Formats: sequence, structure tokens, C-alpha cells
Amino acid sequence: MTGAFQDDLLVVDDLVVEYPSKGFRKKPFRALTDVSIRIGQGETLGLVGESGSGKTTLGRAVLGLAPVTAGTITFEGEDISHASRKHRQKLSRDLQVVFQDPYTSLNPAMEIGDILAEPLTIQGIGPTESKARVKELLDHVNLPSDALHRQPREFSGGQRQRVAIARALALSPKLIVCDEPVSALDLTTQARVLDLFLQIQQDTGVSYLFVSHDLDVVRHISHRVAVMYHGEIVEQGPAAQVTVSPEHPYTQRLLLASPVPDPDRQEERRANRRRLLDEQRASAELAAAGA
Amino acid sequence: MSEPVEIKASTATLARTNVFKRILKNPLGIFAVAVLTIMVLVAIFAGWIAPFGENAANIGKTLSGADSVNLLGTDSAGRDTFSRLVYGAQTTLLSALLCAAVAIAIGLPAGLIAGYYSGPFDSAANWVVNVLMALPGIIVLLTIRAAFGPSVWISMIAFGILISPGYFRLTRTAVQSVRNELYVDAARVSGLSDARIITRHIFSVVRAPIIIQTAIVCGVAISIQSGLEFLGLGDPTVATWGVMLSEGFKNVYLAPTLLLWPALAIGLAVGSLVLLGNAVRDALEDREKVTVSKRNDPPTVALQMQRGPRKKKAANVEVGTEKHLVKVSHLAIGYPQANGTLKPVVNDVSFTVDRGEVLGIVGESGSGKSQTAFSILGLLPPEARIMSGSIQFDGEYTVEPGEDTVNQGRLSALRGKRISYIPQEPMSNLDPAYTIGSQLVAPMVTVLGISKAEAKKRALKLLSDVGIVDPARTFGAYPHEVSGGMAQRVLIAGAISCEPDLIIADEPTTALDVTVQAEVLDLIRDLQKRLGVGVILVTHNFGVVADLCDRVVVMQAGRLVEGGQVREILGAPQDPYTITLLDSMLENKKPMTMLVSQGGTTS
Repeated sequence: MTGAFQDDLLVVDDLVVEYPSKGFRKKPFRALTDVSIRIGQGETLGLVGESGSGKTTLGRAVLGLAPVTAGTITFEGEDISHASRKHRQKLSRDLQVVFQDPYTSLNPAMEIGDILAEPLTIQGIGPTESKARVKELLDHVNLPSDALHRQPREFSGGQRQRVAIARALALSPKLIVCDEPVSALDLTTQARVLDLFLQIQQDTGVSYLFVSHDLDVVRHISHRVAVMYHGEIVEQGPAAQVTVSPEHPYTQRLLLASPVPDPDRQEERRANRRRLLDEQRASAELAAAGA
Repeated sequence: MSEPVEIKASTATLARTNVFKRILKNPLGIFAVAVLTIMVLVAIFAGWIAPFGENAANIGKTLSGADSVNLLGTDSAGRDTFSRLVYGAQTTLLSALLCAAVAIAIGLPAGLIAGYYSGPFDSAANWVVNVLMALPGIIVLLTIRAAFGPSVWISMIAFGILISPGYFRLTRTAVQSVRNELYVDAARVSGLSDARIITRHIFSVVRAPIIIQTAIVCGVAISIQSGLEFLGLGDPTVATWGVMLSEGFKNVYLAPTLLLWPALAIGLAVGSLVLLGNAVRDALEDREKVTVSKRNDPPTVALQMQRGPRKKKAANVEVGTEKHLVKVSHLAIGYPQANGTLKPVVNDVSFTVDRGEVLGIVGESGSGKSQTAFSILGLLPPEARIMSGSIQFDGEYTVEPGEDTVNQGRLSALRGKRISYIPQEPMSNLDPAYTIGSQLVAPMVTVLGISKAEAKKRALKLLSDVGIVDPARTFGAYPHEVSGGMAQRVLIAGAISCEPDLIIADEPTTALDVTVQAEVLDLIRDLQKRLGVGVILVTHNFGVVADLCDRVVVMQAGRLVEGGQVREILGAPQDPYTITLLDSMLENKKPMTMLVSQGGTTS
């Protein structure tokens, strides 16, 4: 599978992100430590981890929304670690985002049509052309065209997320950073939105950096998966391998912690999880005793 | 999605278009708008309305009373009071506008920049603002008058500068609150320049408060200006209401009405401006109320009429059903709508829970699962109405058939003692002002009637029971000092502290990480087995149901679509909705395949 993605679209090398701490001469807070990932054309890299693991920060650093302390982010062979706003404006043709919360990611005071036209206008696309494109986008994400003149609050969570996806698609980008795009949605809505993501990838060949806390979601949508824990990537590889027979103890715990909708299999999984925890505790104690 | 969301959407649309209409619906709003409109029109057309010039004096006719030539009489120099009042409107209103314009021109951009960028400009601007606010305003105005002469325009520019901090702070706070919203981030990713982000995305949030502030500032400007002129510091050659007031005061014994007219004009103008500000604020806040919560409409009279006299003792339950710990029969819950009807959110729901049994209530948002659970707890909002059905707990009704609200008298005797609750958001359910220990001890002292020392001993035991390694440390800690998983353990300890018969857990693990969720589920299972309590678990996650529940009911849009043993429902669901829900689960699906056959437009 990995062979199919020879040309790396995004390469992140030894990225370190630090946020200044409050207080005089206090050590800065290190959100990411030596993180390296790469994403090929048309590939989805799933990024999974618990809250506070730094998975969102990695996505934000790629987008230029988090400070890069060390390391490099290369997009299409160009170093964008410290890209200027001008450069970002050019980049935004190829690099887009879908955020987690569809309730705050759309400006409540703007109409859907204006929200979707905004990225087009910035790139200097004329009103007639952008109007046609906006219609096309709404159609692509299965929203009715009368949505144009309505405001975000008139839509449900799943519909808003479709609007956010349409905005990300407006300029036909090469990479979309998806930051927990389905975790605020109901189960059936989540299924439809995941279908939409897959459909868009099939149609346009876009790549995704797909951030989620849910291993099942990541397994479903990703070609490769990276697991983050305490600001570091602890395991990375093909989705089928990482999400089915993981090697790192944390990933193993993560896999067995997610409950399955079958009482008997869940009982089995629960027993496996207990056994794993005991084993890991024993080996940790052994290591501590050895040291 | 679900029905309540649709309703919310439509009322909000209605509200959006009607801010101006709502100002006019408010009687005080109409009054303010009418008075101000008349004043502005008078000011604009002063040249046509006034029969004389503002300083046209008739020495032969001073301090005369009202007659057909001088409608409101003349002043000590023989000038026509009515004409001066009309020209005064022009000068007074214009100078108030000037003052507000100066204050906005300084405060708004500075506030936008300081709020958006923070950093050095913010610090410097705050410093300047603090100095400005520390200056004694009247003394500054007197100094400026002494230095630049008695010009109403100069003094109003100075006053505008003095009150610009008000705008600065208002704008800065509003901007700071949206600076990190995701839609601003999205605009940054699109490469929008900061100037465009501020004008397109941020300015809209400060627009409304600025309008309100301006109405009030204009009123203040008029009173300050009139005050200065009343003291005799105004320009006597320009007719303003303040100069007229001063003139009238000098002749108060000879022609008292000279004082009346400008005083009335000033009072009306200032009062209307303040009322207008309030009306705008009310109109905007009204909109907020509709969009934030859809359930704040007061119940209509027709609904309240149905309430009969309260029976003292609950009726006896049906024979044979008293063995159930909880029995909900044909329950329907509704909320009053603006048009006087009740909108049902729960419809004909029936189920039972026995002692030592775990029942799962599964559904998506808006399915009514939480409403059902809250009705058993008696924690529905006050405007909620039981439209039909009954709830009984341990052989006694908590909601009798025919009652339209939950009987708080009966439930408060049960709540905390025999029915307890584990909430979804552990952090927001602990009071940050008290230690965890005191929040555990207080209910035990009240409910169980034991001493503080005894309660503390029990609390420590409970904390270790729920798997907290160092109970003493957690006992003394404040909520912000513990993690989310730990906080949920504390709340579970609280829920079992008074040895309940029934625990209602509302999405107890949704806010937690998956690994922590597994631990909390283990804890709930162990405690449930050990204590033999009945549990109602509200969740959207079938995995959690499979992990914990004996029986499960599935709800959709307020209705119970299917119920039964967990193995039956999860293994061989009958209802199409349950099948859709289970099909939407990602577990055991082939990756990279479509989950729903067609795209679907109704997400």
C-alpha cells in the first residue's frame, strides 16, 4: 500500500512545538517532541491519541496556527515551517482545514454563500465564477442550493460540517487537515460524513491528515496511522497493522479499551484488556527493578 | 437531524430579521425612537421651522410671555425662545454626535488592534487608557475651556477623548472573546490578511455593543455639555440648550418658563437616548435567548389551568407492579411553544428497571433519552409538562397518572438518598470553590444525619473504593487539581455515598478518553455488582451498552422503538432504526468502504 504514494506531499521532520509558559523564566510548555510524519498524494494519514497528546497541535502547526520551535514542515518540496501570511495565502489553494466543532468554525453572522465564497474571493476569483463554484460545492456535499442565503444556525451539526467541508474543498486543495471532524456528530451522521470524506478522496485524489481520538474512525478512513502519546509519535505504520495488531503498549491499551457492540465479544475484549494491563504493569515493575 | 433542532432553527430565523421590529414592539423603544426622530428632524430643518434667527434680538420685547409672535415668549435679550430651542437642538445633538464620533474613532480601532494582537500595543494602549480614566474629567474640561475659549465643539472633542476608554475596553473584550474562535482560524488558513479578518469576521461581534454604548454616550455628552454651559462656561453666541438653561436660571424669578423649556428638551433627549440603548440591548438579548435555549417560553395560562388540587398521599400503584424498582408507563413529556401548544419531546415511553439490573437507554441527540432520565430524577426544567403517563419508584408513584408535573415533594425525599445521579461532564459538576472532600461530606451529613468526622471517614473509604490511590490527597484537593477521569470517580463516589437503590448515569463516559472510559466502566460494573443497585445508563454508544447493560431500550425522536435483552437487540435488531444505528458503527466494517449506500442529504 505504501508504495503507491511515492511522491510525498507533506513531510514533517523532527518537529518541536513549544508554547511560552506564563510566569517569568518558566520553562516553556513542550506540546510536540521530535515528530516526523509524511503524507503522499491521495493518501490519508490517521493521527490518533488521547486528549492532550498533541495530535491537534500537529495539525495546527501544519496549518501555521501553532509556533514551530524546531524541525521543518515541507509541503510539495517547499519549507513552510515559518511561512508568511502572503505565502499562506498562496498555500491555502492547496492546504485546507476542517475543524472539530461545526458550531464555532462557521461565522454565525455570515450567510453560507458568503462563507463558501470567501476563500475564492481571496484568490481573486470573480463573483460570477465563484457563484457557480459555490453551487457546485453545495451539490458536492449534498446540501440543497437554497442553503446559500441561510445562516449557519439554521443547520444541524452534520449539515454544518458539510458546509465546513465544502469550504475546505472550494479551492480544490491537495491536502486537507481534518481535526476531529466527526467527533461532535451523532453516530448515523458520522457515518454519512465519513462516506463523504471517502467519496471526495475518490473523486479528487485529495490527501487527508485525519486527526481523531477514535481508533475505529481512524482505522476506517486511513491508509496509514500514527499514534501520539504525550507529544510524541509512539507508533506509525499501515492502518491494518497499527489498528489491528499494534506493537506499542499504549496502542495496545487503546485498541482494547474501545468497547465493541456485542456483549460476548466485549466480555472477551475486557478480559484481554485486563490481562494486557497486568502484563504491562508486571513488565514495567520488572524494568524498574532492573534499573 | 432531530426535531428539536429543526424548531430551534426556524424560531432563530424568525428572530434574526426582527431586531428593529422588536425595538418598536417595546413601548419604551417606540417612545425613544419617536422622540429622537422628531428632535433630529427639527434639528435638520431648523432654518425653516424657527420663525427668527437664533440671535435675532428684539430689545423692545424682553422676558415677554407666550403670544402669537413668540410662541414660547422671549428671553432677557428679547430673543425668541422657540427659535433658540429649535437651533439649540441642532447644536446640542450635533455636538453630542461629535463627542461620540471622536470617542469611537479613537476607542474602536485601538480596541480592535489591542484585542486581536495583544502584545506590546495592548500593554501600551491599556496604560494610556488607565491614565485617561484617572484624569478628573471636569477639571480637564475647565482647563481646556480656559485655554481654547468657550467653544462647544472643542469641549466636546475633548470629552470624546476622555470617554474613549469606554469604547476601547468594550471592543477589546469582545474581540478577545472571538479571537480564538475556529472560524477566525479558518480565515487565517485561507490566508486572509489581518485587516480583512478584523473587518469581516471580528467587527460584527462589536457592532451591537457599540450601538448601545453610543446611545448612552450621546446622552452623557448632552448632560455634561449642558452642565458646563449652565455653569456659564458655554459660548453665549451659540444657542444651545445648556446656554438657554443658564440664561433661564438667571431670570428664574422673572420668567420661570425660560428654565422649563431647555430643561424639558435636555431631559427628553437624554432619557430617550438611554431608553433607546436599553431597547436595543433588550432586542438583541431576546434573540440570544431564543437561539441559546429553546425552552424558555413561559407556560401559557391554558396549561396552568389544568392543574388540579394536589392530593396529599400518592395513589396506590397497580397491583403486581410494585416489585419493579422503576416503572415508567406511557410517559410523554412536552414543552410549551410560543403558540400555546405543547411540543412533545418524549412520547409514550414505557419500561421497567428491577433491583440489581442495568438498563441502557440508547439514542442520538434529540431522541429524548436524557429527558426521560431526568423525569425519573425529577430534574426537568420547570416549564416541562408531563403530558401523559406515570412513573413509579419502588411501589409508589413519583408521577401519578394525570399529574402534569413531577411531584418535587415526593422526589426530594428520594433524590440523593435512594436515587442518585452520575453526570456527563465531571468537571462542571464539581464546584471549583470547595475541596472535593467537603463536597462529599456535606450531602452525607444532611442525608444520612451522621457527624462530620464519621462522614469524612466514609468519604475516604468511598474514594479508595472507587479506585483512587491516595484518598487523603484527593479528599483535600480542589476540582481543578484532578484529571477528568479522577473527577468522574469522585462523582461516582458521591453517587454511591448514600447507598442508593437506583443510579442514573447520563453519558457518564462520553467526556472521557477511551482508556479512561474503560476504567470508569469497569468501576461502575464492579460497584453495581457489589452493591446490587439498579442502574439506568443513558448513552449513545452501543459499545458501552454491550459492556455494561443487561437490557436496553432504543429511542428515536422521543419514541421508544425497540427494547429487550442486550444480546437480542444487538445481535438481531428488528426495528429499522436500530439496524441503521448498528450499521453506522465502524467496528468490524471493511475500511475505506461506504457505510451508508447512498450519500443522503438529511444528516
